[in-house]
Amino acid sequence: MATWESLIPVAGVTLRLAAVTTAVLLAAGTPLAWWLARRTGFAKDVIASVVALPLVLPPTVLGFYLLLLLGPWGPVGGALTALGMDSLAFTFSGIVVGSVVYSLPFVVQPLQVAFEAVGTRPLEAAATLRAGPLDRFFTVAAPLARPGFLTATVLGFAHTIGEFGVVLMVGGSIPGRTRVLSIAIFEHVEASEYGQAHVIAAGMLGFSLLVLIALHGLTRRLRGEAP
Amino acid sequence: MSTGIEARFALTRESFALDVAFAAPGRGICGLFGASGAGKTTVLRCIAGLERARGLCRVNGRTWQDEAGVFLPTHRRPLGYVFQEASLFPHLSVRGNLEYGWRRIPPAQRRIGFDDAVAWLGLRPLLERWPGTLSGGERQRAAIARALLTSPDLLLADEPLTGLDESSKAEILPYLDRLHDELDLPILYVTHSLDEISRIAEHLVVLREGRVLGSGPVAELMTRVDLPLSHRDDASAIVAATVASVDETYGLVELAFGGGALWVPGESQARGRPVRVRVFARDVSLTRVRPEQTSILNVLDVVVREVVHDRPGQALVRVEAGGVPLLARITAKSEARLQIGPGVACYAQIKGVALLA
Repeated sequence: MATWESLIPVAGVTLRLAAVTTAVLLAAGTPLAWWLARRTGFAKDVIASVVALPLVLPPTVLGFYLLLLLGPWGPVGGALTALGMDSLAFTFSGIVVGSVVYSLPFVVQPLQVAFEAVGTRPLEAAATLRAGPLDRFFTVAAPLARPGFLTATVLGFAHTIGEFGVVLMVGGSIPGRTRVLSIAIFEHVEASEYGQAHVIAAGMLGFSLLVLIALHGLTRRLRGEAP
Repeated sequence: MSTGIEARFALTRESFALDVAFAAPGRGICGLFGASGAGKTTVLRCIAGLERARGLCRVNGRTWQDEAGVFLPTHRRPLGYVFQEASLFPHLSVRGNLEYGWRRIPPAQRRIGFDDAVAWLGLRPLLERWPGTLSGGERQRAAIARALLTSPDLLLADEPLTGLDESSKAEILPYLDRLHDELDLPILYVTHSLDEISRIAEHLVVLREGRVLGSGPVAELMTRVDLPLSHRDDASAIVAATVASVDETYGLVELAFGGGALWVPGESQARGRPVRVRVFARDVSLTRVRPEQTSILNVLDVVVREVVHDRPGQALVRVEAGGVPLLARITAKSEARLQIGPGVACYAQIKGVALLA
């Protein structure tokens, strides 16, 4: 029988995973989204499709390949073991990598849409006012794309919290390290502990709903603030 | 160090080819004139470095681009750019917009004071407002001040008055006029409005379908019969004059220029003040005999230089009064009856003169 206390490490791992994943995705996804927003042509189509893959692929497929890639015999895992480090399979770092790949479109796409909506004119105006490329990005593009950053953060975070297949494939379900809430629900159901499954499932349902309501409200305020 | 603006650009697009070369003086307002699609905005964008064309661009002795591979990015070119739609940053207040360029200029290079620009363009009451709450004219004034506050060597203005109502236009034109008087700042001004050109430009570059049709002083280009400007319904000559005397009784001002004097309705003015008048071709008629008993005040001695037949039954005549070119639109019948032709001395009766500044 799981108790409330046994839920705490699971929730802890889940929140830590979502926070780290979202941070990594914002750092890596922003330049990627910026590049996609300002490009046309074949290269853009290919990269945009790769970014969108997690939307259509079964998470187990992603998880399977990531496991091969990150495991001790895979190219990444093998390189790490050769350097005297652990491979990433069945580790927290491993599920972060898996989650980053899995949630990539949920961060990159809202950012890309927001950057496209900014358009070229404000950036051209900034260039005629002596702002260099980085300066233009941080003082014009980023502030104007603020609603996109908010959406990307919330979706990336919420989507990572709800993840199951990739984490299970790459991380297994090691208590305190890689067991997350969605896996805990699955295991409770397998053990016929419907009561515990209910507690977590209802909690996640409520959390997701609250997050989305807050997102809508915030976006509306952001849009209204700068007329 | 050579002064002036030297530009040469070649650019090919799917539906458009640009191949232009022109020079403009390093001071005063130079108009880039042409119909839409003539390539005016593209030329301006090439000068700003927003568009990458093959060619050359030198401004007051400094090379911004050349054929050897020099291409300064836009943010390294000391220019100001006023876009057709003011393009203020919506996330910054008017003050924030004005400070954006101002802060990026080293203090030692600032030639235009923040408070001066704010005062010139009447922006003091608007500083804390958001761009979204401004009228079109207010927004454009803020955009002009924002560009000026980078202390540019050259101001590029892309149809800054298009899309504004008449009162906003009337509100902004005097500011532009004052800019080059007070700041000695060369301005390249894109427009398709002959009216705006007549009021503020000193030099003119006429473009059509990506090519330069002509370039030179505005008074000369507007009256050249081989250029399209002289064939429009609002074709006119620009005459630079000075106030010579004022007739308070009848409310008239006498303006003296190289070809004589013109009387225009007006109030008391300082003598010697330079003014600019516009004489429409349709308001000028020609006679071989000096008219004595006429209600028309302005009669000038002129010599016919050129006659062209550009419309059925009509003739466009370029005449000179003391070397100053004027246009007259007459009928082909009158032309034949009066035997108007190059070298003929006659009298131009001018029915109306518009005082521009």
